[in-house]
Amino acid sequence: MTLMTKLYGAAAALAMTAGAAVAEPALIFDLGGKFDKSFNEAAFNGAVRWAEETGESFREIELQSEAQREQALRRFAENGNNPIVMTGFAFGNVLSEVAPDYPDTKFAIIDMVVDSPNVRSVVFNEHEGSYLVGMMAAMASESGTVGFIGGMDIPLIRKFACGYAQGVKAVNPDATVVSNMTGTTPAAWNDPVKGSELTKAQISQGADVVYAAAGGTGVGVLQTAADENILSIGVDSNQNYLHPGQVLTSMMKRVDNAVYDAMKAGTDLETGINVMGIANGGIGYALDEHNESLVSAEMKAAVDEASAKIASGELAVHDYMSDDSCPALSF
Amino acid sequence: MDKMPGWADAVLVPLISLLLAAILSALVIIGIGEDPVAAFKLMVDGALMRSSGWGYTLYYATNFIFTGLAVAVAFHARLFNIGGEGQAMIGGLGVALACLYIPWPNWYVALAGATVSAAIFGALWALIPAYLQAKRGSHIVITTIMFNFIAAALLNYVLVNLLRPQGAMDPATARFPEATQLPTFQDMFSTAETAMFRGAPANVTFFLAIAMCFVVWLLIWRTKLGYEIRAFGHSESAAKYAGISPVKITIVAMLISGGLAGMMALNTTMGEAERLVMNATEGAGFIGIAVALMGRSHPLGVLLAALLFGFLYQGGAELALWTNIPRELIVVIQALVILFTGALDNMVRMPLEKLFLASRRKA
Repeated sequence: MTLMTKLYGAAAALAMTAGAAVAEPALIFDLGGKFDKSFNEAAFNGAVRWAEETGESFREIELQSEAQREQALRRFAENGNNPIVMTGFAFGNVLSEVAPDYPDTKFAIIDMVVDSPNVRSVVFNEHEGSYLVGMMAAMASESGTVGFIGGMDIPLIRKFACGYAQGVKAVNPDATVVSNMTGTTPAAWNDPVKGSELTKAQISQGADVVYAAAGGTGVGVLQTAADENILSIGVDSNQNYLHPGQVLTSMMKRVDNAVYDAMKAGTDLETGINVMGIANGGIGYALDEHNESLVSAEMKAAVDEASAKIASGELAVHDYMSDDSCPALSF
Repeated sequence: MDKMPGWADAVLVPLISLLLAAILSALVIIGIGEDPVAAFKLMVDGALMRSSGWGYTLYYATNFIFTGLAVAVAFHARLFNIGGEGQAMIGGLGVALACLYIPWPNWYVALAGATVSAAIFGALWALIPAYLQAKRGSHIVITTIMFNFIAAALLNYVLVNLLRPQGAMDPATARFPEATQLPTFQDMFSTAETAMFRGAPANVTFFLAIAMCFVVWLLIWRTKLGYEIRAFGHSESAAKYAGISPVKITIVAMLISGGLAGMMALNTTMGEAERLVMNATEGAGFIGIAVALMGRSHPLGVLLAALLFGFLYQGGAELALWTNIPRELIVVIQALVILFTGALDNMVRMPLEKLFLASRRKA
């Protein structure tokens, strides 16, 4: 191809994005789509918050196929979008190939570690937040049995389950934790019907608080828990509002903050591994007008104390992914 | 003969269908407040004006050539193979097993071996529906579509439980060894000064697809077996009377069809991802039906239709990247083209035929 046609193509692309800033950031959603009420949506909200505060704009794409992962990364990088933020561990493989080709572009990947000088890998200490909501679940439970419903059975979700079980056992060593995974494929992130069935099964085993760490599947878990008059715990975003008075709390994984921070840093984005935990506000539990009647003062005091201990390093919650095993729960 | 001229059947009908689809798509785009002319220009620029755009267009086209040929061969025997998707998935398993467990010395030997493996796996997946159709009369449309689900479940099981590397979260196999990685267009056509097809996934399997077009043409129109397939497709009773075994033709045609569909996985698995991922087929098995319909089951027609759909896929990706047209609407646009060129083919053909006949009568 001649230089002229290349210039022409570039000019056309520029014409379409007229008025865009030179280093417009880009956000790539995973196959789940951006409105999943959970993980991807949190990322979208972070980007929107950045755009509203700065008055600038960002590019975004929802993927349609596997081949588009690499394509979207390369096209955004060639277009000069910087930084490029992507949600989900599934980008890990592709990004480790693409990133070295564009040394001047900064990338941020959430939930995965990619070792490249121009990549910021954002990982969350989900086990810490899950520990806190596990404590709350054990204190709220009357039957002494609590449930966990995960999405796809991957180490990342086992990390949630393991932290949760540790929190439960810390409050009540005799408590039973029932744990189920929705499936083994990405379809498990968006199967509210199965989430609902698993909830019913756990209720029949005596569970009266269930924690859903399952993306869109969690919507079904929370719904069924509300219908059956037991308590549920949301994940990623603050889901307390979905069923006011029936969602005990939500384990907040501030994906929105991670995206917001990355976009705010712009081209000066600090690369390397960025661990978001309780200490730096990346992880927490949700307390608002929808659940304040459910959270007793005693509960709040205990959780806040544990939270402070985790932040200071006094209390260490075991991370399932560090050694693929869990002291409090067997899978 | 009450027929319209061949050129009208082969060129005019698809062109008018495309035009209708384009007009409807434009209305859809106007409906959501975007500019259809700019959108079309963006698709053309992104898919055809840059070498890397061509790289993606040809990559998608390669998939559609294989699956289109698969459906076309079965069509000639009047068998409707809807199972291209499942056959390609299982073909992918064949590719992955061949690449992971056989120490190939270099890529061309590996490609030959993986091709055979993919074709055998795909063909075997088509064998059961073919046998059920030939011997038991179970309808091939029902059985092949059911086998798509079985294939997906089987692949799911194998990837999650058997082939996934320890500790990995993705349901995918390990990366294939270096020696099995196919040269991409970038490796083949880039010179020291200019990088061509940068980062695009198009690879050497495109030429294999072209070669298979020629092979299918030879098979259908230049061999005894091809003649038997066509005779069987035109009239089962006449074929039987001529001493052609319906059981044999049904099974052989489906084996060839399944083999071609299985070979599609070479492109996505060995050429692009270099590992087997869960949804490696990306719906190409179903697009193959539209491609074969539009290409009138002729290899040349399949090639052209596959290029068109490759353009639509790549252009659609460009739209998703640079406009606010949501991905669901891009699927709508692609579906409109499939609807008009595949399903509503007769809507254009019949009036056109009448028009030609009327003008002939006058003359």
